[in-house]
Amino acid sequence: MITPIYGILAEFESPSTLTAAARQVKAKGYNKVEAYSPFAIEEVNEALGLHHNRLPLIVLGCGILGGLTGYLMQYYLAVIDFPINVGARPLHSWPSFIIITFELTILFAALATVLGLLGLCGLPMPYHPVFNLPRFALASRNRFFLCIEATDPLFNRHETAEFLSTLEAREVSEVAH
Amino acid sequence: MSARDFTISPQLGRGLERLRHRSLIVGIVALVGCIVGALFRPDQFFRSYLFSYMFYIGLTIGCMAVVMLQYLTGGAWGIVLRRVTEAASRTLLLLMFLFIPVLIGIPKLYIWSHADVVAKDLILQHKHLYLNVPFFLLRAAIYFAGWLLFAHFLNKWSREQEETGRDPRARRLQLLSGPGLCFYAMSATFAAVDWVMSIDPHWYSTIYGLLFVAGQGLSALSFCVIVLVILAKDGGPLADAVGPAHLHDLGKLMLTFTMLWAYFSFSQLLIIWSGNLAGEIPWYLTRMTGGWQWVGILLVLFHFAMPFALLLSRNLKRTGPTLIRIAGVIIVMRFVDLFWQVEPGFHQTAFWLDWMDILAPIGIGGLWLADFLVQLKKRTLLPLGDPYLEQAILHGGVSESSY
Repeated sequence: MITPIYGILAEFESPSTLTAAARQVKAKGYNKVEAYSPFAIEEVNEALGLHHNRLPLIVLGCGILGGLTGYLMQYYLAVIDFPINVGARPLHSWPSFIIITFELTILFAALATVLGLLGLCGLPMPYHPVFNLPRFALASRNRFFLCIEATDPLFNRHETAEFLSTLEAREVSEVAH
Repeated sequence: MSARDFTISPQLGRGLERLRHRSLIVGIVALVGCIVGALFRPDQFFRSYLFSYMFYIGLTIGCMAVVMLQYLTGGAWGIVLRRVTEAASRTLLLLMFLFIPVLIGIPKLYIWSHADVVAKDLILQHKHLYLNVPFFLLRAAIYFAGWLLFAHFLNKWSREQEETGRDPRARRLQLLSGPGLCFYAMSATFAAVDWVMSIDPHWYSTIYGLLFVAGQGLSALSFCVIVLVILAKDGGPLADAVGPAHLHDLGKLMLTFTMLWAYFSFSQLLIIWSGNLAGEIPWYLTRMTGGWQWVGILLVLFHFAMPFALLLSRNLKRTGPTLIRIAGVIIVMRFVDLFWQVEPGFHQTAFWLDWMDILAPIGIGGLWLADFLVQLKKRTLLPLGDPYLEQAILHGGVSESSY
């Protein structure tokens, strides 16, 4: 019996070859594809269609929640719970509420960004199969990787590997689970 | 990179010529209407004229500031924009002549110019050292001299760069832009204080000049985005050069200036609200009552909230047709903002919108647009001598489909 694998990893020497490969892989119909590079490459995101995720919505929602929290908290404190007349201004002195409202909007949104990003990326992740390949350490230095995962419906251990090796890949290797 | 030369084709040239004729005719007709109005109600004419003038002078020196900002910071967005902003900066001579009605209107606009009023008012006597007509004229002369000087050299050296192709790092343009931006910030501040804030000579706000600087940047970027998108539409001369990434950058800058304007505006309100001093609050009391408050709310909604929310979206910033709609709303709101700065000072009890408030912006705008089109046609539409032009075009990503 053949041992199941995680996927097939192709190594590229430049961002442009990685981008070109990503486009072709996508054109071929693969969907479970992930790219690894030492720095962000906008074109790869585009090629793999990775722009749309739920993070902006989470951040927006939490930002609005933060703003409401800030404003209502001050309203409750200054108007209902402990009304103080400050220099004959109205109790509902909205211009002075804006700063805290703004700050809490930013705070909630910023925390939502960090935590939401970690959550959506599935971090912290103590184990990931791609690290089984020693060469993958280069992904944080000067090499660019593209991995087609075995869960993809089009995945075929031999055909996928052959296809990847036609894409100017420096090396194509199987990734063990 | 394609081999196109980015000049205006004869066909487009004819179209621009038609537009120039039309805007000239509309401008002259509207100004004649205003002059007729001025014969009967001179007071109102000068108010309407002043706030309209403030928009166009702000747009022009704002465009000049954008040119200088780009020389200092670099960036592909400004290289594809440069010829448009330069053309706008060359309308300064026209605006200098259009300043004459403001000078004629000094006695009608500025209460500090009346000796009998000053004689009865201790505060105005103290301020007389600064707020007097000869010094007012001298200051205006200094602003215009400086603006014309910087606009002249920015345009001259940029043309030389294109003709000779030398000066590979455009060093002298950068050296000029540093002092130029400093002068711009100072002069725009003083001009805002002189020409608008002194309508109410008792009132003062130290952030007032920056409020105008932010507004001018916003006007300039919005106007240039509209021109650029029109030039870059399918079949247009810049279709191969200006891409979604450029619009994305310009959209981000519009968002920045929208927030900056809101920040300055709110800071002014908050500081005056917190201080609650008798000398400072009348300016806001006028603008928060008698119908003026609805203009203020309109500003909060459409000068800030709506552009802010829409410009957050990546896709809206990258698609030309939506971006120019947002830019159009911002430009309309720039007029409303200046209207709100100027007019309540004269109609303190209740909201007043005069027909000359509509005609004056159209009148000056017609002349200004005609001059702008003449200036735009004088040169290629991209700075061909700029060493970074090719990189700047590549950055736009015009070859890729917009997704």
